[in-house]
Amino acid sequence: MSFRKEHEIHKRRLGRNVGVGLVLGAFIVIVFGLTIAKVNNGGQVQGYDHSVEQTLVPAEASE
Amino acid sequence: MSDVTINTKVQEGEASFGDYFALLKPRVMSLVVFTALVGLLVAPVGVHPMVAFSSILFIAVGGGASGALNMWWDADIDRKMKRTKTRPIPSGKVEESEALGLGLTLSAFAVVMLGLAANWFAAGLLAFTIFFYVVVYSMWLKRLTPQNIVIGGAAGAFPPMIGWAVATGGVSVESVLMFMITFMWTPPHFWALALFTKSDYGDAGVPMLTVTHGRKSTRKHILVYTFILAAVCLAAGVTSIGGPFYMTVAVVMNVLFIRGAFQIWHRDDEAAEADNYMAERKFFKLSLLFLFVHFGALMGEAALAPFGLGGW
Repeated sequence: MSFRKEHEIHKRRLGRNVGVGLVLGAFIVIVFGLTIAKVNNGGQVQGYDHSVEQTLVPAEASE
Repeated sequence: MSDVTINTKVQEGEASFGDYFALLKPRVMSLVVFTALVGLLVAPVGVHPMVAFSSILFIAVGGGASGALNMWWDADIDRKMKRTKTRPIPSGKVEESEALGLGLTLSAFAVVMLGLAANWFAAGLLAFTIFFYVVVYSMWLKRLTPQNIVIGGAAGAFPPMIGWAVATGGVSVESVLMFMITFMWTPPHFWALALFTKSDYGDAGVPMLTVTHGRKSTRKHILVYTFILAAVCLAAGVTSIGGPFYMTVAVVMNVLFIRGAFQIWHRDDEAAEADNYMAERKFFKLSLLFLFVHFGALMGEAALAPFGLGGW
């Protein structure tokens, strides 16, 4: 018997690895999509500290 | 025994991806997804589709995680019962410790991700749901009281409240009534099933109403809960999530359901055995439709709203 022989267990392991890979891939897509949705809904925010840029606030709102 | 035989033995028990997925109770998860989605869609506040999709997904993962923890805790009784013998742990595919690890990890993951995606109130509600199902129901009351079905039903009733909280960030009369619909629906649904199936809960040491209080009392319980359920369903109809369409559906469904409950209450086991539990079976089938139709009608009201047709 060669070490290379494909056993049913290898198929099961492959299925498990592919499954975990797909789940992780889907998670990345979801986090990316959420980030885009949040940033777009966030309005006028600065990238580095998420605080409102005073120069972007309309004059009547800042008074 | 050689090393080879040891390896073979270990490999035989190796689980597939599907076995781990089965730990999350996919069928229960589908109910969670549907009711949570309705809760989210009927809320008066709009949610970004991506946030809505992710939130429902994390609620489903949280529900699945509680299913895995339930299977970890109940592995001993699952081994004794015919219905649950083929689950991943009793069938030897997944280790108990693996189910515990997966359940705890996914619980924390789902709660944190829901908090980040939606809000921390909804995340807290999801955490409470998991705690309620695993600790209050599975660990504490399931093996202690014949009202276990009622308590377990509460855990399954939280998803529409979480969906509502995702959109609004809080609780309201409407979300509590959506909770009450599933909560009051679970006992008659399950007890009807218990009347016509031969369960082995007794052998597993789980007290069931049909055994502890008798079948006659179970029939009475079904009728009483069906009346309370009707009141709850109609009450939901007069709130902001209801409307003429939902109300019509609710009245028709509840009249049919009460009629079925009356038939069950009115007869004894002798009559039931004569027609192979026809009334009980019909009532159980109707109960499956009942919940789906009610939440579907609530969604229908929300869908009609943009055309000026939904709501009162």
